[in-house]
Amino acid sequence: MPEKLTAEATLEREYLPVRGKILEIAAALDRITRCEGSNMHDPRLKQFHSALEILLGAEPDRAERIQLLFSRPYEENWPVTLQMPSL
Amino acid sequence: MYYIDPHIHMVSRTTDDYETLAKMGCVALSEPAFWAGYDRGSVDGFRDYFRQLTDFESRRASNYGIQHFTWLCINAKEAENVELSREVIAMIPEFLDCSGVLGIGEIGLNKNTRNEAIVFLEHIDLAMKTDEQILIHTPHLEDKYQGTRMILDMLGSDSRISRQRVLVDHVEEHTIRPVLEAGYWAGMTLYPVSKCTPARAADMVEIYGPERLLVNSAGDWGPSKPTAVPDFILEMRRRGHDEQLIRRIVYENPLAFFGQSRNFVFQRPI
Repeated sequence: MPEKLTAEATLEREYLPVRGKILEIAAALDRITRCEGSNMHDPRLKQFHSALEILLGAEPDRAERIQLLFSRPYEENWPVTLQMPSL
Repeated sequence: MYYIDPHIHMVSRTTDDYETLAKMGCVALSEPAFWAGYDRGSVDGFRDYFRQLTDFESRRASNYGIQHFTWLCINAKEAENVELSREVIAMIPEFLDCSGVLGIGEIGLNKNTRNEAIVFLEHIDLAMKTDEQILIHTPHLEDKYQGTRMILDMLGSDSRISRQRVLVDHVEEHTIRPVLEAGYWAGMTLYPVSKCTPARAADMVEIYGPERLLVNSAGDWGPSKPTAVPDFILEMRRRGHDEQLIRRIVYENPLAFFGQSRNFVFQRPI
């Protein structure tokens, strides 16, 4: 990190953009709730909730963990599963 | 600041874009072969596309003082047609000695299928037999992590590969570490929604350092921004990073990676 960039300065810079993004998420979730029909059991909503829980943590790898949450798992045995010619 | 965009699909962009890129400091770019938005029907369709990439497009760029380089392949989205893929792979050597051809790319995976993996391996084999560099596309969104790991498995299984001559592109927070730790170059693509933003790319530079790291716009026919690299430069400056570090990522690093290709002849701007 460059010397000039303190936590205070970074928070100052990010405060309004983050506030705006949180508001966008809140409004989008409200929009989904307002619409007709129920999708309470849609696994994507559960993903959203899990992602928001990750944001509440204090670890410095939230972005990486959010990415993994929205990713298909990696299987080491994929060459066997796909019946690949020998690697 | 002069910069190089190492991944941009200019056949899908207008001549006005070339003018804008030149005004913003772009002095060179490299254009990997990719999907046209529809599946091409024959090997001759690819032959015409490769002529466009190696001839017309470089002339169009040079009108604005931009040096154009390119990579050749059949894209993963068309790899389900294995028979056509093999015809294209057999035809690629016709173009490998053209000026500005840097290697084989962008090969990779899209939906992580068996056919995609087979065609990927056959491209790798061609690159090894012809001593070419490789530029690799990693999948989008939920398929990226799995696909990137599969690609690393396949690369790691081929002892002929010089890792410093391979660029694994479109890395994000969950894939950059294994790519860099394995010794490959990593590319961060600045896309409006589906890939990486300038701010997140700057974060990754701060976390991992500038070694073997590139940034690109991957501008194409979809929602994308051909001037995304200058956005990254601005973000780095706003954070107080020095010009030397920024220049290394957007100019010196592409030169170092491209410089390993026998067809890379670069005229440094005055």
